[in-house]
Order: sequence, then structure tokens, then C-alpha cells
Amino acid sequence: MEYINAKFVSQKISKTRWRPVSSTSLQQPEVFATGSWDNEDNKVSIWSVAEQGMQEEYEGDPQLLCEYKHDGDVMDLQFLDQERIVTASSTGSVTIFRHYQNSQTLSVNQRWERAHYHSCDNAPCTGVVCNSPEIVTVGEDGRINLLRVDHKGIVRTIDNADSSTIHAVTFLRTTEILTVNSIGQLKMWDFRQQGNEPSQILSLTGDRVPLHCVDRHPNQQHIVATGGQDGMLCIWDVRQGNMPYSLMEAHSAEMWEVHFHPSSPDHLFTCSEDGSLWHWENYTTTDTPSFLQGGRNATITSRSTIVPASINQSLISSWLTSDSTKGRLETTNMLPSQTMSVNSLDVLGQCLVCGTDGEAIYVTKQVPM
Amino acid sequence: MEEVDVEPAITVIPGVDSSQRHMGFVWGRGDILLYETQHKGTGSGEAGCPLIHVVRKDEDIYSPILRKLFNESHHIFVGLQQSKEETSSKTKRPQFVSVSKNYRSVIRACMEELQEVAVSTRDAALSAQCCSQVSILLAVELIWNLCEVLFIEAVPAGSLLLHLLDWVRLHKADVDEKAQEVLQSDSPARHHKYWDVVICYVLQGRMDEARQMLAKQASQQPAARSMFKTLDSLMKKMPVFNPAGSQTLTEFDLKWRHWHEECELHLQDGSFSSNSNLETICKILLGHEETLLNQKEQLSTWYHFLVSRLLYTHPSVKPTELHYYAQSSMDLFLDNRSDPEPLDSILLVAFEFDIHQVIKDCSIALSNWWFVAHLTDLLDHCKLLQSHNLHFGSNLREFLLLEYASGLFTHHSLWQLAVDYFDHCPEFGRIYLELQIERVPLDTERKALKVLRICEQRQLAEQVRSICKIMAKKAVRNNRLGSALSWSIRAKDAAFATLISDRFLQDYCARGTFSDLDLIDNLGPAMLLSDRLTFLGKYREFHKLYGEKRFAEAAKLLLSLMTARIAPRSFWMTLLTDALPLLEQKQVIFSADQTYELMHCLEELMSGETEPSDKRTVQEEDIETTKVELLRLALARNLAAAIVKEGTVDSL
Repeated sequence: MEYINAKFVSQKISKTRWRPVSSTSLQQPEVFATGSWDNEDNKVSIWSVAEQGMQEEYEGDPQLLCEYKHDGDVMDLQFLDQERIVTASSTGSVTIFRHYQNSQTLSVNQRWERAHYHSCDNAPCTGVVCNSPEIVTVGEDGRINLLRVDHKGIVRTIDNADSSTIHAVTFLRTTEILTVNSIGQLKMWDFRQQGNEPSQILSLTGDRVPLHCVDRHPNQQHIVATGGQDGMLCIWDVRQGNMPYSLMEAHSAEMWEVHFHPSSPDHLFTCSEDGSLWHWENYTTTDTPSFLQGGRNATITSRSTIVPASINQSLISSWLTSDSTKGRLETTNMLPSQTMSVNSLDVLGQCLVCGTDGEAIYVTKQVPM
Repeated sequence: MEEVDVEPAITVIPGVDSSQRHMGFVWGRGDILLYETQHKGTGSGEAGCPLIHVVRKDEDIYSPILRKLFNESHHIFVGLQQSKEETSSKTKRPQFVSVSKNYRSVIRACMEELQEVAVSTRDAALSAQCCSQVSILLAVELIWNLCEVLFIEAVPAGSLLLHLLDWVRLHKADVDEKAQEVLQSDSPARHHKYWDVVICYVLQGRMDEARQMLAKQASQQPAARSMFKTLDSLMKKMPVFNPAGSQTLTEFDLKWRHWHEECELHLQDGSFSSNSNLETICKILLGHEETLLNQKEQLSTWYHFLVSRLLYTHPSVKPTELHYYAQSSMDLFLDNRSDPEPLDSILLVAFEFDIHQVIKDCSIALSNWWFVAHLTDLLDHCKLLQSHNLHFGSNLREFLLLEYASGLFTHHSLWQLAVDYFDHCPEFGRIYLELQIERVPLDTERKALKVLRICEQRQLAEQVRSICKIMAKKAVRNNRLGSALSWSIRAKDAAFATLISDRFLQDYCARGTFSDLDLIDNLGPAMLLSDRLTFLGKYREFHKLYGEKRFAEAAKLLLSLMTARIAPRSFWMTLLTDALPLLEQKQVIFSADQTYELMHCLEELMSGETEPSDKRTVQEEDIETTKVELLRLALARNLAAAIVKEGTVDSL
């Protein structure tokens, strides 16, 4: 296992995200943002892992570039674009920060104060996802908000979208989102429709285990992975049925985040309250050449409804392979020793960053792929 | 009641005149709330201080740099506890030494960072605070290092002095800086600090470096070459004990005495009389007390004096002999000071191998339990602490860990670390955890989930119930009934689930429709948690069946809700009213038997309602009577139709 660095930062990290690199360049990401929680003064910080000099091996610590005070816990954090970060706060507000790279400072660009609220108290905003210029937020008040950058008010609210807390949200298509809640349901919402009802509800039968995180397959929009309170990883196909495609026992405590690798979707990463970060590798052993496998060529998969029998197996994503002889799943724990809860992770290219409740950030630039 | 060890420190509260008024106070978890009372001591009756003061003893846990110390040492602590079960204590000594070195490296890292901040900041108060923290950490590391050498490594005579020399060298590193300065100057031999550097090297037993420096002087004075050569050879020949070698301690001792005599000879026959510096060096090599004492400036501390003295008078010192030398060294070195500093007395006690006294003195001197808790835990693992039962039952290690962890628990963020410390206190840890974990403020669901996970992993069922109840009540107050229900399901709290179901039913009665259908429709096996919840689920099912026009099944369900006594009595009227449309249908839905049962239920309901109805207005009375009349009529008609239908013989 390659060496993974730990840096102690005197704040419990709730979210870490890499700054996106432009798709044309082949560079590895160099800058990441973190948000803290459970502090009297919470902060949003920007760090750099750029190497000084021409070393191959990355051995240095992340360097703090700048930080800014944040009101309330940072419940979720996303990069809107190269310069702007959206955060969701436990006070119910949603804030856009702007990072000025010349002066290495952060400042507040825009804020929606009570995007989420209860009748008597504040309601934390639990998740935020963006598809510039639109931002969708969800909260403990069961509300879904559609916001637009530079638009002062809230563009659209779905009140009482859920009777329980919505924990996470992700975009399925540009106008469709998927939310997960604390009674174990996935709900699909279509913004083109006017009503306040979800277009589809999926859930596990049996125990209603709260779901905490959701992520969509980068190339195939119908495949979604969720993780919940019991630490089980579920893969769903939202086109068909009401049931998850597969259930895998993973962690021994809540799974906080699940991520498909954006450019190699056969790799999945999960992190959990039990202090481990798992790297899932899905090996398929079919004979067909790799360029016909799993959704590389998006036009083929979206056009054909009847898949030709000869290349049947290869066009279905390896995650939905039910034939166990054709594939195997390997998992590796990426953290060296028992740590406190790993709250967040992000992976881009070959770089992985994660933050823990032990007030440490772990960075590795050599994720084995 | 024990006597007080030290006079308690007095803290003055600004704004409160304690001579005029009495102060009231109340203990918090780690701090005290103070206020001025109305009781007048002496003085006039003017208004006093309207403020409440929070007095906190431990400021260290709020320092951002020291937080790293707490986190990293927590990591090491947990690792140490988990490796406990593996091997026997003989083979574990090197492991304990490496754990001790880990702790010390963490302290040093913190010190360096604090030093950087102290130097670079422009805020004078912050700089002063950092400097004081640096000096405390320096002292702490010094004590820890000595404890590691004496207690954990516990090397025998011979190697003992070598380790002590290392200890002193580590803590007196400024000689290297001075040496650099001298070497980089144009003419090192004539630098004003040149001789200081040489003597420092000799005092620390660093013969090679000293000889190298002397060589520079030697090259400058060719006339005195023979003198330098003699001294050089003396220094080169000084025997050094090699623990890995085959030489025994007695052999070494013999060799050393020979060497000592040779030095004495050279001093006596005046080889160095022409150069006072060289003569001083020779006297140091002989361990002359007076000469050593004259070097107070280079030594700067009594323990350096102690080690140098031992090096040149008794290098094969045994651990048990240390404390004689320590006491006398301290007395000689600090002759005009009356009271030794706390650090000095702690070191002296360490040289006496009185571990308990070391811990006790450190506890008193430091404001934070971090150091004593971790050191005691490590020493306990080395099996060096006798089981020393304190008045309140637990042993010393557990007491200190509990105190430390309790202090951590008051911190808004570091409370999570404290949980692991409580886990490793077998006697009282669990009770402390039970009491403390309930008092963690729960602002968000995510934090509540983490706290719950901690409780569930340790089977703290009471705390799980109470936390879920707190969250459920908050949710109910904000009208988030779905959230409230999922919290009661987690706690398996039937009573609260009943309460929530009642709320749903009340909503239904008030508005005529159900709210939160996505929740009620998807209850699943959680429905069985409470009767009321089951009723709610089934009632909703009835509505669904009715909506799908599956009247026979709906009717059956409705009846079973009443007869199986799942429905609360107060709801029966509503259920019967719901039955009305079914009774009024063209086709007969309720069979004769079912109708009899319905009538029975109605009568039961009516007979039960004999309480005075003065809370109802006349109008409501009228409506009630009309409803009952209608029901009776409908039931009778249905009964008739049912009997006819069942009595009809098919004409086939």
C-alpha cells in the first residue's frame, strides 16, 4: 500500500473536495477545499498540494492557502467552478465563496440566509449539488430548493418534499435529481413537472435503513450507488424496478460518502464512521475488448433499447453484472491504521483526499488504478 | 480528609468586590459559574455587578496548536492499548520505548510550531502566551525523556551514564549554534566564544568535536604543540563504555581509573601550567568539583552539572546511587537559592526513582492532565506502578485518565477523543461516559447520529433512548412527523411512536386527509412497533382499498380494526362513519354476521359514552345524535338486505 500522508489541522473536517481541473489538461489536481464542523468558529479552507521542484514522489504536507470563517457547521461543500465554492450550513443558509487566486483570499460572494428552516428552529441544510449556474439544496426540513447563481431569491421550492430528513442529493440528468432520506427511500424529482410530487420512489423492502449518501455513475445515468446507516453499499438501476440491483455488506457503521471515480467508473470509493476508507475495484473478465465495455461510447447505450445478443454483456456496466463468474469485486482499505470517523473523501485522477474526526487530512497522489 | 499539598491559587474576578458582597457559584462540567449575590457583607446597598462569570482552569485545550498534541497523542494512546494483548512484557520493552519516543516527537513538533508562531506573530499577547507554552512543553519533554531513560528503558550501570549524556545533549543544543558561529568566523581560534565551545563539548563528553576544535588552536601555536598533543592524546584515550562490547563493567572501571591517574599525573607535573584554558580542561577531565562549578555559565543547569560530574568522577554509576549525587549536585549548584523550582524538585524525585512522587508533583505543577495521564498510562503498561488504591476505588492510572478525559469532554470538539479514553478505564469509564455523553449538545442530526453510534457500540441503551427522544421531540415541535417517527423507530420507543400516530390521526380528523403519505404508505415492519402505529398503517390501507374500489376487502379490514381492538375507542365513531358509505352502497358489502358485529360495536360505543356531555354544545349533541340515528338506520337496512341475500337460494 502506498504511503498516505496525514496532516493534523486542529479542526474536525466534515467535507473535502478537489478543485476541478479543466477537462482538456491532463494535470493532476493540486488544490482542495475543506470545511470544518463542531467548532465554535468553523472555517472553509483552501489547501495546496503542489509540488515544489521536480520530485516524482509527493512527500510534503498540504499547505494552507487561505481560510474564511463559516457560520455553523459545513454540512456540504461543492466547487461551482474553478473559483467559486458553494457551502451548506447547519444554520440553514447556503453560501457561495469566491477564491481569488492572485491574492489567495476567500470572500463571500452570495448568501441565501434561510434557505432551510423549521417553524421554530433553524434547520440544517444537509446537501448541495450544482450544475452551474443552477444549485439544488436539500435540508432537514424536508425541503428542496432550486437556486441560481446571481439570482437573489430562491427560484423554486418544493415544500414538504419529504416528511423526514433528506440527507443527500445528486443530479441524474440536467433537470432530474435524486434524493435520499432517513427512512430509506430514493426519490426522483423532475423539475420540468410543476407538482410537488416525486416522479418515482424507490426503497428497500424490509427495514427502513436511513440512507446517507448517493452518487451517480459518471457515464451511465441510470446507475446509482447509495450508502446508509448500516454501512451497506447498494447499487440501483433507476430505470427498472423498485429494488436495488445489488447489496453489498461493507462497513460496520454509517457510510458517509460514496464516489464513483469520475474517469474510471469501475472504481468506487466509500468512507465510513468506522474509520475506514475502501477502494472498490470491479474487475470484469470478459473477452470483449475494453472499448466496448461499460458506457464508454454513450451514443450506443442511449440509442439501443434492444441490445444485440453478441455484445450484450459488455454494454451493460460492470456494476450490473449479475454473473459472478464474469467479474469480481476487490476492496482495499486505504487508510493505514484505525482512525476516527472518516467523514468525507474526494477522488480525481490519481489523487485522493479525505478528512476525519481525528482532525486529520489524508492525501495521496498515487491511488492504485 | 487528606491535607492540602499546595496552597490553592487565588483568582481575582474582575468586577466583583468580594469584600463587599458574597459570591455564589455553581460547578459546571469543567468550569465554575460565578455571580454576585444579594447578601450584603458590609458596605452600602448600591447595585452590584450584574454579570455572570465563567471561570475555567484549563486554557490549553482551546489553543489551536496544542489541539494537534491532543489528537496525535490520542492516536498513539489507542494504538498502545490495542497492542497490549500480544506478547509478554519482556519483549515489549523496546515497543514501549518507541511509543515513548513517539509521544516525545509529538511534543517536539508542537513546540516547534509554537516557537514559529511566537516569533512570527505581531500580536504581543499571543507571542507571550506561545512563549510560555513553549517553556512548559520544554520542561514536560525534559521530564518525560528522563522518565523514559530511568524507568522505561531502565538501563543498568555503564549504559546509564551514556543515556544520561544523550539526555543532556538533547536539551542543551545551543552549543552547536555557538560552534557554527565560531567556525564560520574568519579566525575561529581567536573568536571570543572559542574556549566556551571547547569547554562545552568537554562537559558534554563530546571528545571528538572538542579535539577537532582544539586542533585549530594547536595549529596557531606551534610552540606549544607538545602541550596540545598531550591533551589531545588524553582526550582520545578516555575510555567509553560499550554496552554491546564484551568488556565487563569492572574491566571498564579499571581502565578508567588508569586513565584518571594518568591525567592526574600530567596535571601534577605541570604539563599544562602555561595555558590556563588547557589546565581548566584537564581539571574538568579529572572531575574537579570547583572547576566544574566555575563553569556554571556553560552548564546552566544543575542536572548538567550532575551528569558532567558523574562522567568525570564515576562513569560506572549505578541507578541506585544516582540520588545521592543528584541531591548533592543540586545543593552545590544552587547554593544561594532557598526554594528549588518545581521542575528541579520533580527531576530530583525522578532521580530517586520515586515514580509516584514524580506523578504527584507534575499533577500539581501543570494545569492540564495531559502529561501525567499519558505518562502514567505508559508506565502502567510497563508494570512499573504498584496497584495503589486511592480512596475512591480506582487506581492511579484510571484516576488520571478519567480526569483528563473529563476535561476533554467539556470541549465542544474534542469530546470524541475522550470517548476512547473512557473505554480504556475498566472500572469507572463506562459510568463517566454514560453521564457525559448525554450532555453533548445536539445541533444537527449528523452529530446526533455520531453520538448514537458511540452509545450503541457500547450498549448504553438508556442513553440511546434518551437521545432519540430528545431528537424526536424536537422534530415533533417543528412538525416533522416523519423524522420523529424514524427517531422513535431507532430507539424502539413504542410510547413515542404512539404519540406520533395520535398526531397523525388528529391531523386526519382535522383536515380529512393524511399528511406525509410517503411515510405512512411505506412503514414496513416498523408498523409493529406500537399498536397505534399499526392502526395508522392499516387505516391508511383501508383508505387505499376504498380508493381502489375493493370494497369487500376494505370492509373486512375496517371491521377487523374494531373487533381486534387495534383501533382506539375514541376513533370508533370515525370508523363507523367511514363504514356508512359502504353500508349505503347498492350491493351488499357487509354480510349479516359482519353487520351484527358492527351493531355490537356501536352499542358498545354508545354505552361507554355515559359521561356528562356538558363540554359539548347543544349543536354538537344534535349532530352526534343524528349520526347515530343514521348509522342505526343504515345498519338495519344493510342487515335486512344481507339476510335476504344470504337467504336467497340460487335458482341454478
